[in-house]
Amino acid sequence: MRKVGVIGAGMTLFRRRLQETPKELCYEAARMALDSAGLGLADVDAVVSGSAPDAFDGVHMKGEYFLDGCGGYRKPYMRVFTGGGTGVFSTIAGWWHVASGLADVALVVNEEKMSSCQPHPQSVFAHIWDPILDRPLRPNLIWIFAMEMNRYMTVHKIRKEDIARVAVKNKRNAVAHPCAQLADPNITVDDVLNSEVMAWPVQRLDISPPSDGASAVVLASDAFIRRRRIKDRAWISGVGWCIDSTMWTDRDLVFPEYVARAAKMAYKMAKIQDPRREIDFSEPYDPFDYKELHHLEGLLLAKKGEAPKLTREGVTERDGDQPACPSGGLMGVGNPIAATMGIKVGELFWQLTGQAGKRQIPREVRTGVTQAWGDLMQYSCVVVMRA
Amino acid sequence: MRVGIIGMGIAGFRPATPELSWKELMFEAASRAYADAGVDPRADVGSFVTCAEDYYEGFGIFDEFVPDQLGAVLRPTCTVSGDGLQGLATAFMQIQTGLVDVAVVEAHSKASDIRTFDGILEHGLDPIWTRPLGGHAFVAAGLEADAYLRGTRTVRKALDAVVRKNRGNARFNPHAAYPANLEPSHLDAAEERFRPLRTLDISSLADGCVVVVIASEPAARRLKASPIWIRGIGWASDSPTLETRDLVGAAYARLAADQAYRMAKLRAPARDVDVAEVDDRFSYKELQHLEAIGLAKTGEAGRRAIRGDFAQDGRLPVNASGGSLGCGNVLEATGLHRAAEIVCQLRGEAGRRQVDGAKVGIAQSWRFVPTATGAVAVLGASA
Repeated sequence: MRKVGVIGAGMTLFRRRLQETPKELCYEAARMALDSAGLGLADVDAVVSGSAPDAFDGVHMKGEYFLDGCGGYRKPYMRVFTGGGTGVFSTIAGWWHVASGLADVALVVNEEKMSSCQPHPQSVFAHIWDPILDRPLRPNLIWIFAMEMNRYMTVHKIRKEDIARVAVKNKRNAVAHPCAQLADPNITVDDVLNSEVMAWPVQRLDISPPSDGASAVVLASDAFIRRRRIKDRAWISGVGWCIDSTMWTDRDLVFPEYVARAAKMAYKMAKIQDPRREIDFSEPYDPFDYKELHHLEGLLLAKKGEAPKLTREGVTERDGDQPACPSGGLMGVGNPIAATMGIKVGELFWQLTGQAGKRQIPREVRTGVTQAWGDLMQYSCVVVMRA
Repeated sequence: MRVGIIGMGIAGFRPATPELSWKELMFEAASRAYADAGVDPRADVGSFVTCAEDYYEGFGIFDEFVPDQLGAVLRPTCTVSGDGLQGLATAFMQIQTGLVDVAVVEAHSKASDIRTFDGILEHGLDPIWTRPLGGHAFVAAGLEADAYLRGTRTVRKALDAVVRKNRGNARFNPHAAYPANLEPSHLDAAEERFRPLRTLDISSLADGCVVVVIASEPAARRLKASPIWIRGIGWASDSPTLETRDLVGAAYARLAADQAYRMAKLRAPARDVDVAEVDDRFSYKELQHLEAIGLAKTGEAGRRAIRGDFAQDGRLPVNASGGSLGCGNVLEATGLHRAAEIVCQLRGEAGRRQVDGAKVGIAQSWRFVPTATGAVAVLGASA
C-alpha cells in the first residue's frame, strides 16, 4: 500500500445562490487546489469527482456534464456518489487511485448546486424513500431527523440547550472562515432555542442551510511528494466506509453503528488503538447540530450519551482538549452536500499543515479525523490524517 | 498484485421483468455470482461497488437501496456513477491497495420501470448550450454516426452487417432479449430515425443485472477459485460538449485502451486478442470502437465487418454474445455484462457461442449518449 498525502486544497464561497454554473464552480475549486499544491493539470494522472443527487443541478449524469470543469478532459475520470457521505468519500476514492499505484497524482473535485432546484432543494428529498413503504407517508428529511434527534435526547436524557450549544460553537467558529455562509459572532443558545420550530425538536437554527459551492483536494504518492520536495502535506493514514440497511425503520436510531464500523476500519488501518487519546481534533459531519454529537460518539471520541457533556464543558471548542469542527462545520460555513469536502478533508489539511489562519487550533495538532454521513441515515465514511 | 474475476452472475436480459423488482433482480444475479465464486458475502467480501445513475433509477440517492439484497449490510459499500467497467476498475484499485482482498461489483438496468427515457437523456444535455435546441438526445448519435461514416469512408452497408451479425449471434445466448434472424430485406425496410441511423441500428432497452466477484491472487487461492485475470484496465473521458469532442475517433476509447494495454503489456492487440466485446448500442459504435481500441485499422472496420471478419467464426469474433443490439441496452450494466461474457468465453463455458481456444479477451464500454466516456478491460485465462 503506497503512502498517500494531501498536498493542496481549495474551495469556493458557500452561498445560497451562486451565479456560476456547476462547471465554473468545479473549475474554481480545482484551480485553487492545484495552485496551492504548485501543480498544473498536466501533473494530474486521474480525476475523481463527487456530487450528490443529479436532481439538484437538474442534469442527468451531472458528473459527465461538469467533468471538463474538474479537469477530467481526456483523463481517467470517475464520479462516486454515496449521498451526503460523498463529502468525504470522494477523497477515499482519490486515495485508492494513488494507493493502488494507478496514479501518482489524483485531483478530487466535489460540486453541488442546490439552488437550481426549484422551489427548494428539499423537494429532491421526496424521491429518496422506498416507493412502497415510505413515500406514501410523504416524509421529508427534517421529519426523520426529528425522530432520530428525539430518540437520542430521550434515551440519554439530553436537554435541548446542550444540543443548541453545538450550533452556537460552530456558527461562531465559522466567523474565521472566509467562505462561510452562516457565521454569527454573537449567536447565543437562546437564539437557537427561540428559532422557529420545524418539526420538534428540530428548530431552524439546528439545521445547516442549503448552499451552492465546490471544493477540491490534490492527493499524491509519497514518492511524488519527495521528488517535488513538497513541504505542505498531510498524510492519509486511515480510511473506512460502511453502509447500513435501507430499512431505517428497523434500526435503533440512538447510536450510529455504521459510523462506528467505518471508524474502526479507519482506526485499524491508521493503527489507532485509543482514539480519544491519539486523535487531536475532529471534523465530524454536522448538517444538524445533534449530528455532531451523534457522530462524535460514533467516532468513539465520546462515550455513548456523553458528547453533549463534552460540548457543555468546552472540550470541543477550538481551544479545548478535543476540538470538533474548528472550521465552523456545515452549521456555520454551509452545506453544499458533497462540496463540504472543503470544510472536512480541506480543514484537516489546513490545520495539520498550519495553514488554517485565524481558525488554527492554538496548540500543535498531529492527528485529525473527519467523517461524513449520508444516504438514508445509513452511510458513513471516515478519514484519518496525520501531519 | 494479480487480481482476477472468480465469480459472476447474470439475471434478466429480457425486454421487461414485471415479476421482479430491481432489488429482486439484483438478489438473483448476486446469489448466482456468490455461488459461482463460492463466497459468503457476509464473511468473505471486503467491499461492494454498485454502478448506478439516479435518473435511470428514479431515486434521489440510489446508493441507499443497495446493501440488503447484496448481503452488504454494515459493510464497506459505495456507488460509482459510471458504467460497470468503471465499477470493476474501482474494485480492482481497492484490491491493489491491499485494504481488501475480495470485492463485488454490481450493475443493473430496470429500464422497464422508466416511463420517460427520452426525457432523462434530454436532461443529460448541457442545460445552457444544447438542451434549448430541443433535439432528441439521439441526434448526438446520428451526427456522430454521420461524421464517422464520412471521416473513415465507411459505407452504410457496413452498419447492416453489424446489426445482422449481432442480432444473429444473440440467438445462441440464453441471456439475450432481442435475438433475430434478419434478412437483408428487413434491414432495407428499416425506417430512418436519426440519419444515417435507422431503427435497427439502435439497440432497444432491456432489464438485466450483472454481478461479478473479484479477488487478489492469494484470496483466490484461499477460496480455491480459478480466476480469469484482469490483466489491464483503463477508463477515460473526452469532452462532455458535443461540439468539441472527437466525433470520428472515439478518443475516450483510445485513451482507455492505451491505459489498459500498457498495464497488460499487450503490445499488438490486433494480433494477441482472441475475442472482443465492444459497445454497440448504436451499430456504428461497434466499428468506431474497434478502430479506436486498435483492433481494426482506421477506416477498415466497416470493410472487415462486411467481409465477416468479426463473425463468431471470423478472424476476430466481436460481440459473440450478441452485443447490445442482440442482448438489449442494459444501461450501466452494459460494460460489466461484456466483461462477464469474456469470462464465459475464457472459461470455455459459452456453449454454442464459444470461440474456440480463446485465451485473451477484451471488454470495452461506453456510457451512452450524451457522454464521451468509456472503459476497456483486458482479461486473460492466464496472467
